[in-house]
Amino acid sequence: MSGWVLKGISTGIKTTAYPQRPESAAGVTPGLPVGGQFGAAAADLAQRCPVHALEEARGAVSVDYRRCVHCYRCVRGAARPIAWQSDYEWAGLAGAVRTEDAFGQAFSHSIHILVVDAGDCGACLNEVKQLNNPYYNMHRLGFFITPTPRHADILLIVGALTDQMRVALRKTYEAMPAPKRVVAVGACALSGGVFADSFVCAQTATDVLPIDVEVPGNPPPPLAILHGLLVAVGRKPPASLLSAPP
Amino acid sequence: MNYTGLLDWIERTFTGGVRCRLDAARRVSEVDCDRGALAEVCRRLFHELDFAFAGLIVEEQPQTWDLRYVFCGGPEAGWVHVRVEAPIEEKLFPSIVIESKIPAADWHEREAEDLFGVRFAGHPRLGDFVLHDDAWQEAVEPMRHRFDAQAAIRDRKPRADWRPRRVVQESGAFMMPIGPKFSGVTESVHFQLETVGEDVIRSWTRLFYKWRAIEKLAEGKLAEEALLIAERFAATTAFAHGLAFCQAVESIGGSAVPRRAGVLRVFLAELERLRHHAGAIREICESTALAVATSQAALREEELLRVSGELTGHRYLFGLLAPGGLLTDLPTPACEGALRRAQTILARLDDLERQLTVSSSFLDRIEEVGVIWPGTARAYSLVGPVARASALRRDLRCMQPYSGYESLQFDVPTEQEGDGYARLRVLFAEARQSVRIMEQAAAALEDGEVYRPAPLVAGAALGWTEAPRGATLHWVRLDGLGRVQRYRVVTPSFTNWHSFHLGAEKFAFQDFPIILSTFNLSVAESDR
Repeated sequence: MSGWVLKGISTGIKTTAYPQRPESAAGVTPGLPVGGQFGAAAADLAQRCPVHALEEARGAVSVDYRRCVHCYRCVRGAARPIAWQSDYEWAGLAGAVRTEDAFGQAFSHSIHILVVDAGDCGACLNEVKQLNNPYYNMHRLGFFITPTPRHADILLIVGALTDQMRVALRKTYEAMPAPKRVVAVGACALSGGVFADSFVCAQTATDVLPIDVEVPGNPPPPLAILHGLLVAVGRKPPASLLSAPP
Repeated sequence: MNYTGLLDWIERTFTGGVRCRLDAARRVSEVDCDRGALAEVCRRLFHELDFAFAGLIVEEQPQTWDLRYVFCGGPEAGWVHVRVEAPIEEKLFPSIVIESKIPAADWHEREAEDLFGVRFAGHPRLGDFVLHDDAWQEAVEPMRHRFDAQAAIRDRKPRADWRPRRVVQESGAFMMPIGPKFSGVTESVHFQLETVGEDVIRSWTRLFYKWRAIEKLAEGKLAEEALLIAERFAATTAFAHGLAFCQAVESIGGSAVPRRAGVLRVFLAELERLRHHAGAIREICESTALAVATSQAALREEELLRVSGELTGHRYLFGLLAPGGLLTDLPTPACEGALRRAQTILARLDDLERQLTVSSSFLDRIEEVGVIWPGTARAYSLVGPVARASALRRDLRCMQPYSGYESLQFDVPTEQEGDGYARLRVLFAEARQSVRIMEQAAAALEDGEVYRPAPLVAGAALGWTEAPRGATLHWVRLDGLGRVQRYRVVTPSFTNWHSFHLGAEKFAFQDFPIILSTFNLSVAESDR
């Protein structure tokens, strides 16, 4: 077994400096489109979006990040491609902010998270799993995955909220003690994604549960999910879920 | 046996009720038969000619039912589509599970019964499959064209008294339910393990909590829109599914993609396989609680996700494919850079394998555990690493080459034991082959276009790939405007979940999560 000890030590520290410093390694995020002024090309650009994330008004294009599924059709093959950001601090607060049952000081550095797959394609879940790999190592921030709702402070939902998962999802939420927060991760949980028209999928997670924090992306990269958790406990400011031209 | 030999054989063997047609361009022999001859044709293909049962495609035409049983042979024999038609009001077909003794068709018949309402005479376990009885009444038949989604949601009559079936009746027997929400970060699926103490006597898997009805959802959409669904319904293997869909659409139009696009597709498909296998290895290490090994595999997986992200923009390779090629070209130097990093990562994976094979505490947990015997693998027509670990040398890249795989040199690693360790060894060996293929693909990259729009033609065709988890089939029927009329997906996880309970039975409770991880199954891919 000594081989494993040596292996572990010789690997060294791989962990990102985020949230103290931004992560600049290549390939950590798929990025998102940025709204802007496109004049006559705006209508065509909005037309290219298959999930209606892009909205056009008088030559200006705004982007609803809750809908974007990274199909890149507003870039690849577009006559006038949209600008693309490579940030990952995407998490925003959902409509109504809950003020009752605030997380006290004791919660800010020790949070137990229950992950429920409500109809996920596997990618969001895989990115959540990456949070425990040495590159992200969320334990250092006081975030822990728990298998039981009784110990959970945050319910993290991934996936398109299917009909046959509703009962399990609601029961899980009800089994959690207060104070609790719900973080919805991924375009499918926020807007149905490409499954929005399916007769067995919810349009948005708010149809089923009260959502506090929304993390856009299809799937959001691990750093975006980490940002969502930091927003949920008040350690990072939320980002805007809409990219509108100035 | 080659195509012509096969057709001769069928015509010789069956004098009445069977008509054959060869579609040489698509390597498909279509065998139209009467309902009376169906079971015997299927039985002989499966049991005498050693064809694998690949899937059942049900299509509702205006006046008729059109059932297509897809069988896959070697590179010479190609595909055989056994077709049977019946008037729309006659919904009873022979069950090839019972009459032809093909267990592999079991779940296909159950799904068809649940979603279309066609029945299979003698099948003992129809109902409560995709549509759970505690959520839906019988006879909803959502895949029928006449189905009104809104009305069905309003008129729900779930069976409140639904209870799972208990089989083990010995004194002291109890049942342990697991899921749909269980453990840390897991997909939603339900298991019931029946036992009298230590060993699992009977295991039952209940899937489809995550059923998103993608086959219904795709209907009426343009092919480019449906491609988004094909990419995103099981996104840990998005590229393989997207590619199978695109190949189906390209096959309908009879068009070939530009050469550079074909080579890049192979490169990306193998990059995805390598990344997927690193993740699968990480899951196996994690299930045995071997922390350093888990971290090592997780590092490799994240590095490969970053390589994918840097090369293509997206960590799971979304937004690259289009019917007709690729939406964007990838510069050759960037591909070569990705290859060099993949080679470094592979060397570290090899390192991990060497260290795992001398860790006795690890081997004790996976050796001779979760065994699938070769006979079972064949009877269930298993696919992917699970099949190849049980001595079944089946890989669509060799059996039915696509996208230029026929000109590449690679091995199909197989093992004999069919246990968890054999499956792990296959994963490591396949990762090496993937890099070997990437090397050849990178060397074969020539300058040129990557996109040539596919002509718009009405018709139907099968697209297939060897996805990281095994063979996947995408059947697409388009109308003249390029809209999807029928989309049917057969996935490797659907095929392999069918046999999972056999691997779990007769082993102890604490082996269950380890067996589950070595099967490397995706719920999303199965539930669709």
